[in-house]
Amino acid sequence: MVAALIKAEGLTRIYEMRRGLFGKVTPVRAVDDLSLKVLPGETLGVVGESGSGKSTLGRMLLGIDPAESGTVTFEDKPMPAFGTAEWRALRVRMQLVYQDPLAALDRRLTIATQIREPLDIHNLLTKDERDARVQALMAAVGLRPDQADRYPHELSGGQRQRAVIARALASRPRLIVCDEPVSALDVSIQAQVVNMLRDLQDEFQIAMVFISHDLKVVRNIADRVVVMYLGRIVEEASSDVIFASPRHPYTQALVSSVPVPGQPLKGRMILQGEPPNPASRPSGCAFHPRCPLATDICRTTVPMLRTVGLQRAAACHLVEGANAPIAA
Amino acid sequence: MTTADLDHTHTIASRRPCFVATLRRHVPLSIGLGILWLVVMVLVAIFADVLRPYSITAMDLTNRLSAPGNPKHWLGTDELGRDVLARLIQSVRISLVIAFSATIISAVFGTALGFAAAKFRGIVEHVVLVLADFQAALPFLVMSLAVLAFFGSSMVLIVCLMGFYGWERYARVARGLAISASAQGYASAVVQLGASPLRVYFRHILPNVASTLIVSMTLTFPEIILMESGLSFLGLGVQPPETSLGNMVGFGREYLTRAPWIMLAPALVIMLTTLSISLVGDWLRDKLDPTVR
Repeated sequence: MVAALIKAEGLTRIYEMRRGLFGKVTPVRAVDDLSLKVLPGETLGVVGESGSGKSTLGRMLLGIDPAESGTVTFEDKPMPAFGTAEWRALRVRMQLVYQDPLAALDRRLTIATQIREPLDIHNLLTKDERDARVQALMAAVGLRPDQADRYPHELSGGQRQRAVIARALASRPRLIVCDEPVSALDVSIQAQVVNMLRDLQDEFQIAMVFISHDLKVVRNIADRVVVMYLGRIVEEASSDVIFASPRHPYTQALVSSVPVPGQPLKGRMILQGEPPNPASRPSGCAFHPRCPLATDICRTTVPMLRTVGLQRAAACHLVEGANAPIAA
Repeated sequence: MTTADLDHTHTIASRRPCFVATLRRHVPLSIGLGILWLVVMVLVAIFADVLRPYSITAMDLTNRLSAPGNPKHWLGTDELGRDVLARLIQSVRISLVIAFSATIISAVFGTALGFAAAKFRGIVEHVVLVLADFQAALPFLVMSLAVLAFFGSSMVLIVCLMGFYGWERYARVARGLAISASAQGYASAVVQLGASPLRVYFRHILPNVASTLIVSMTLTFPEIILMESGLSFLGLGVQPPETSLGNMVGFGREYLTRAPWIMLAPALVIMLTTLSISLVGDWLRDKLDPTVR
């Protein structure tokens, strides 16, 4: 078996939330005892509603947010603390692509300067090689050579995101975390950027953690998918399997909400109740207030993530072992 | 009017032949005049020793309080028969040195403290903010009076004192902008690329907040000239027989009715210089911003 490129074990991130001026401090478990691993060259999709801890997870994997407990191991070495020289040096190997490309780019520097920046920072390559690398990257992400001297505000949203992706790829990282990279773009551009990401990933053999709330996009790009609900993984399986036969009721509801072209939506599972509030986490299974199948055990006991089939796991009391039918 | 302006800039930049054409296309007339005035002031300050027709202490007792237009004294003389033009030229030098040095000191000091507060947060930030509040709450003129009264007036002390004027504005602006840039956006993106804090602050945040800081500087510069004028007027700034713009205004007030030129000449210079700085600073801010073109 291939060794994992990055491995997270028991990750927990607790934010402290205060209500009002003298209110009590409420701990919010944004990410709760979460474990996962990503193999070299693999794309892991992370899906979930807003507030489910996806972005926090992405930042923790990169070592930007500290973990209250749990460890992140990258290439068999523990993640150094944020801001240290070792952490900075590790940025050559791992990169982040942001949701809002205009915010992530410095509006006073040209696109080419910014794409070149990782090379300048880490002193990679010679000067001429850097220029050549920048040109090659711009071509690879589909930016025209004459756009090198443009400023971010002179480009369209899609072009800016291409520039951000080119910058993330400049140091030839082994892992990139894409935090909702296409959700700020319109649909036709989304498809272009996602296809481009997939091609680049194949070309450079990069592992990717693709965070999105958009199941269509994730299905398009991910090899394996984890579904998050209130900071925990509720289901994990390969992309084809999870979309074809979701086991966890939450995943079923999510998958049933994705329209298929040319067909009316059928068997749509509409979730009842309020969207989750991480500050007041329900007892037992966090999903039970909205779950159409919830039983007594769901209200009292937190389900563990268990293997429920070949290469798949789910955290639900009602999902039995590998061959049991889905309780529905 | 335009031709006169351009003729003059031509002599300044005769080494670059296309400079005039570029100027004509990009610089509005008011800005051109502002730049011209500032250039003249700087040249006057640099070449004060050569330009001065008389020594600032040379007295022409037969021509006391003579009006401007006198062939020997173009701007007239004061009550001791000292040449107003000579004193004005020397005053421009002294006042500009004080104002420029003090503006730069306060900008550097304030921005550095603001960045330090944004970078280290916690106790450092609290201390900086308390100092900034203290500075803002303190009547600066009263404090300057106290310091100068205790330590005696010297040029270095005045410059340092003025350098403390207005730093809290830079500190607040720099801190606020640096924090917002770090919380989300380009600065955090560059940190994530692995850049060292020095690179993040000086290559990315500083150029981005420079326009705001420049506007602050254009506001502080005239204030410092006026503050120095105020101190000199009160007799604690530049000491006679040395002279500065404020000093001249202060001593000229006694002869305001009989010989207004003693006071009006430096007052006009103060007004035109501060106006030019404001105009040029505002224009410069827009020019430095690639998103406003």
